[in-house]
Amino acid sequence: MSPEDGTILTADAAERQSRSRLRVIDCDVHHALRSPKDLHPYLSKRWRDHLDTYGHRFPVPFTDGSPYPKTAPALSRTDSWPPNGGPPGSDLAFLQKQLLDRHNVEYGLLHLLAPHGMDQRNQDFGAAVCSAINQWQYEHWTQKDRRLKAAIVVPGEDAQAAVAEIERWAGNTDFVQVSMVTHTIEPLGRRRYWPIYEAAARLGLPVGLHTSGYNGHAITGGGWASYYVEEQHNVAISQQALAISLVCEGVFERFPALKVVIVEAGLAWVPSVAWRLDRHFDRMRDELPHLTKKPSEYLRQHMWYTTQPADEPERPEDLRRIFDWMGWDRVLYATDYPHWDMDNPGQSIKLRLSEDEQRMIYADNARAVYGFA
Amino acid sequence: MARHVVATAGEIPPGGRKIVTVRGREIGIFNHGGEYFALLNRCPHQGGELCRGTLVGLVTSREPGRFDYSRPGEMLKCPWHGWEYDIRTGQSWCDPNDTRVKAYEVTVEPGETLARGPFVAETFAVSVEQDYIVVEV
Amino acid sequence: MGATAGGIDCDVHPAVPGMAALLPYFDPYWREQVTVRGIDGMDLASFPPNVPAHGRADWRPAPGPATGTKPGGAKPGSSLEMLRAQALDGFGSRLAICNPLYGTQAVYNDHFAAAMARAMNDWLAAEWLDREPRLRASMTVAVQNAELAVEEIERLAGDRRFVQVLFLAMGDAPMGRRQFWPIYAAAERHGLAIGVHAGSAARHATSSNGWPSYHIEDYVLNAQGFQSQILNLIHEGVFTKFPKLKVVGIETGFTWLPNFMWRANKTWRGVRAEVPWVDRPPAEIMRAHIRFTLQPSDAPPDPADMAVVLEQIGCDDMLLFSTDYPHAQFDGDAAFPEGFPVALRPRVLVDNPLDTYPRLQEAMT
Repeated sequence: MSPEDGTILTADAAERQSRSRLRVIDCDVHHALRSPKDLHPYLSKRWRDHLDTYGHRFPVPFTDGSPYPKTAPALSRTDSWPPNGGPPGSDLAFLQKQLLDRHNVEYGLLHLLAPHGMDQRNQDFGAAVCSAINQWQYEHWTQKDRRLKAAIVVPGEDAQAAVAEIERWAGNTDFVQVSMVTHTIEPLGRRRYWPIYEAAARLGLPVGLHTSGYNGHAITGGGWASYYVEEQHNVAISQQALAISLVCEGVFERFPALKVVIVEAGLAWVPSVAWRLDRHFDRMRDELPHLTKKPSEYLRQHMWYTTQPADEPERPEDLRRIFDWMGWDRVLYATDYPHWDMDNPGQSIKLRLSEDEQRMIYADNARAVYGFA
Repeated sequence: MARHVVATAGEIPPGGRKIVTVRGREIGIFNHGGEYFALLNRCPHQGGELCRGTLVGLVTSREPGRFDYSRPGEMLKCPWHGWEYDIRTGQSWCDPNDTRVKAYEVTVEPGETLARGPFVAETFAVSVEQDYIVVEV
Repeated sequence: MGATAGGIDCDVHPAVPGMAALLPYFDPYWREQVTVRGIDGMDLASFPPNVPAHGRADWRPAPGPATGTKPGGAKPGSSLEMLRAQALDGFGSRLAICNPLYGTQAVYNDHFAAAMARAMNDWLAAEWLDREPRLRASMTVAVQNAELAVEEIERLAGDRRFVQVLFLAMGDAPMGRRQFWPIYAAAERHGLAIGVHAGSAARHATSSNGWPSYHIEDYVLNAQGFQSQILNLIHEGVFTKFPKLKVVGIETGFTWLPNFMWRANKTWRGVRAEVPWVDRPPAEIMRAHIRFTLQPSDAPPDPADMAVVLEQIGCDDMLLFSTDYPHAQFDGDAAFPEGFPVALRPRVLVDNPLDTYPRLQEAMT
């Protein structure tokens, strides 16, 4: 990070060079509705009226504002507001220019953050919202740019409705995974969600779990944190609990073909969670007779982790240790465009990577998980 | 190092900025209440276009719960990750010893002086009647 | 034992046998309440005594008569003689800090919690500390109510054998919030550390994703629980306000610390204007103020990686020797995990505990 001109120009050149070489499969791209009414065409009159009158109802204190006000409007980098006048991520042409074209993105995997259907307090409305979102994603995004691939969003608290939604889209190659919120009523390993895993495994769809949603539970085991600076970190901590739940409940024993991708939690925590789980499993395995392997093996065989927000060790080379410990094939690159904590391909992983390592992280691992040719 | 004429003095209003390209580098020129500052338009963290960021005040604190707000408009927040840089020095707040953005010398010069040279005015025809913003790169 | 001789064991657990054992230490009102209402069975759900992990087979008392209203044998950690022979003599410890885990911090009635705290502290002093000069202790206080907690700290402050005030990793509100500050002011004033022991008061689900099914999940999630506490303590400015305060994570693991520090630093860099009193990277604050007991060490499978983790932590001051007696964290006397650098052990055994608990220095002269 030298301020000297020469170094900076070299970095520029390096970025230009790496940009021309790097092909990126971006495992976390956020599109957005331009207006809440964008869903109207896909909702019945009953639910259109409900949306306009009662709105989205989540277990949160405010109608619209975030419970923990973010560090930037719309959670987004301030240069990502598009010329169409809508919020960041709402203008396909601008998203193409600022992300897909600029960074040589081969595929961009869409995760819609707002609204969600799954954590709606009115579950029938939640199911209607999910269906509407999926239709909207298909018509307005994946059909308009073949690089963009959607996730089937499902009303996961109502497993039956979720499975119906999965089956509705499963044969459509525009949809490459199933997505649920992560702040769920019960930990995601519990039985109420198993029909969803059954359907995903049966239909060959990975389950992408992007940090998101509201469930009314305190955001830490010790109560409600005070600041956004805490919340932003605690969402990653909650993804650790999610991984622990999936493993301990035996989800991967029951559905050996299931693949789970943890999105937007960073990944440097994966080894230490694996170590801790294994050590205590050694002492308490009689509580989990349904597991036939050490917990770390499920984390290593059934789960993948996206890079963003890129872990920035105090000594950059320590990131190599993390990749060694967790397995290089587990690492999927993600930008999280257009959010403020996004990562810039080629400049976020501050580690000297070989060409093979680069190819794995930036594209080939994702290609394998999602079955891209 | 050479002196480059990059704007007329009236062109950047107080609180405003202009991003110029000098010798292949994008540089942001800021007018802070009549004082001019110039920074490289590139955040050393991940390469964001720093000079398109929001100008904010400096907030420090003597004790928890106290917000000591000063120097409004003198801290530049990167549009991406929000790292704050002092527009006077290019020094980052979060990592002042190791993370700085290149700051350039800026002066306002009467056209009459510039006419005597040496300076580089790639995009400007300099007239003796006006004042100009000159950045040393 | 040779490897740990002369050390200071910063986490041993004398077990409260049950309310019957505490009865003599309650005042007449509470003694009557406890008796008339049949109040008992207040072992924390976070540590069911019959779980093998919470009582090493060779450290469990032989099955004995029923205690309190519970049938079955005595709880692990209920015998001073065993603790003396196995924890103190067994590891050659010069001193050991008792962390009794029994209901107080989880009680809903503040006044009952305060009465429990008094009873537990007086019981511990009379039945353990008075009988074994190598023992020191954490004081139990009603963390639910800072006024009552401070009363108890002041009552006991003159007893220099109490070196710490004990919290659970997961309580009602995050520990940085101002409601707790009078406790920290009193602790700092009297040279007491704040101990945060694994465990939940069950005010909230042990994960923000809801209540997990299994005990092992709750146990493992103590690490995440303590991580969230560190964030709140730092960002509320507790260490800015109380610059001498040390907070010790007890039985919460530490091999997660490097990645936790990195992420905390990164988040702070962009969002720090929200908490301007945090004027240094959070990792620096952790290195100055947060400490960890050694067990469970949650070591990586390759012993050589333990040294790597310690290098990443980047500070030799943070670990405090512990056996976690009678919990089963290791076999035999291998309290230092394999691969733990020999050169670092003296600091962990003696220097770091003395720095963390200034009151212990009085016993060393």
